[in-house]
Amino acid sequence: MSMQPELAQREPASRGPAYRPWGLLAELTHRCPLACPYCSNPLALVSKNEELDTETWLRVLTEAAALGVRQVHLSGGEPTTRSDIVEITAACRRLGLYSNLITSGVGAARAKLPALAEAGLDHVQLSLQGVNQTQADAVGGLAGSHQAKLAFAADVTACGLPLTLNAVIHRGNIHDTDAMIDFALRLGARRLEVAHTQFYGWALANRAALMPAREDVVTTIRRVQKAQVELKGRLAIDLVVPDYFARYPKACCGGWGRRLISVTPAGKVLPCHAAETIPGLTFFSCWERSLAEIWASPAFEAFRGTDWMQEPCRSCDRKEWDFGGCRCQAFALTGDAAATDPACSFSPEHARISALATQESTSAPPPYIPRRAAKDVVSA
Amino acid sequence: MTAVTAASVPRLPRGVRLERDSARGIWLLLAPERIFELDQMAVAVIDEVDGISSIAAITRRLAQKYAASQARVEAEIIAMIERLVAQRVVDLQESA
Ligand code: SF4
Ligand code: SF4
Repeated sequence: MSMQPELAQREPASRGPAYRPWGLLAELTHRCPLACPYCSNPLALVSKNEELDTETWLRVLTEAAALGVRQVHLSGGEPTTRSDIVEITAACRRLGLYSNLITSGVGAARAKLPALAEAGLDHVQLSLQGVNQTQADAVGGLAGSHQAKLAFAADVTACGLPLTLNAVIHRGNIHDTDAMIDFALRLGARRLEVAHTQFYGWALANRAALMPAREDVVTTIRRVQKAQVELKGRLAIDLVVPDYFARYPKACCGGWGRRLISVTPAGKVLPCHAAETIPGLTFFSCWERSLAEIWASPAFEAFRGTDWMQEPCRSCDRKEWDFGGCRCQAFALTGDAAATDPACSFSPEHARISALATQESTSAPPPYIPRRAAKDVVSA
Repeated sequence: MTAVTAASVPRLPRGVRLERDSARGIWLLLAPERIFELDQMAVAVIDEVDGISSIAAITRRLAQKYAASQARVEAEIIAMIERLVAQRVVDLQESA
């Protein structure tokens, strides 16, 4: 009798359709009542009139299930902003897809929760902007959002849905991890994700304001690891370590084109939600092609497997573990999407990136650039 | 963490479910942010998890069904349930 602790790389090391995605990241909308500076949405946000319609999302879900997807992450933006969120959730259940609502709990979230639970929603992942009202409302940029979130969390656990709290860690809250853990326990969450900021989209634009000090990162990781042991069986804590201070990079998306398929609010189908930042790749829209065709398209093949790698990845024995790290980060920091992710200590760029992180984290933080749609910036 | 013993009664909470993956020809336990692949025996165990049966009762049924030693089956079920409880994928309620 054996249970895999988690699905590793079941798929054979062959290419193309032999890989099947496990997860679909459905970015339903970029609309969101909050304006978190660490948001990983792209700087050019999709507007409401560019969003996919309900019918197309239902087709995408059907195609995803046929392709092998088992879990759907209903995300955004704030996914409950979509007027068809209940219909989309019900479709997931009908297709045997596990649905995970990634929400801020503000806006329409609370009012729609009973219908979502009724439609078969499986799990709620709630973002946490702070452990108290002042901090949370300042980070999210909306007065009263913290209270709304607390009320939402109470409703989630009252209706018996499993709750995961997701706290993005940055310079402004890195000393609060103990309070976050207490908070998660008080809210009745089963899981807590202590996720150091990943620098994509708005977070990359705000990097200097968000970058924590190395010694704080080390202390925080130790405290969280201690809590993981102490709270075993009460609260499962996942720790996402910060790239810039890591020794090895994360296996971004479980490897390009291996486990995850991502669809933007406008319908672009991507191997990773930040993939559009890499120039020279053609990403198709689900308007024009089926998910299966796109899964086998050149952009998904570009960094699939390990043949595309350069040194030091090419001859490294970790290459089937982390797949050379993140392609978007490699491009953003080195200008070459096929380079070793500079988060890796074997990367020739690693020292430069570490120095940059240290320099940013020890300088006075610039003010946050809040996440805003372009039209808001113009009218501001 | 509460110890998992033969008297423990495991239960699958909402948001955890067993699904057949026909595309891959395997059984999966779908859970928050996790997917577990189950072999035949693990599927048999999860099938017996009903929030009423204790691990002792599940052991008796499976040991009989698979003509295996009680002690071995019990140890394996406890180890498996312990792993899932630690990740908050399975809940325990002590039997009355
Ligand atoms: S990170 Fe903040 S601003 Fe971005 S989608 Fe989530 S709640 Fe909205
Ligand atoms: S060299 Fe490449 S494969 Fe090796 S650890 Fe670094 S990123 Fe991973």
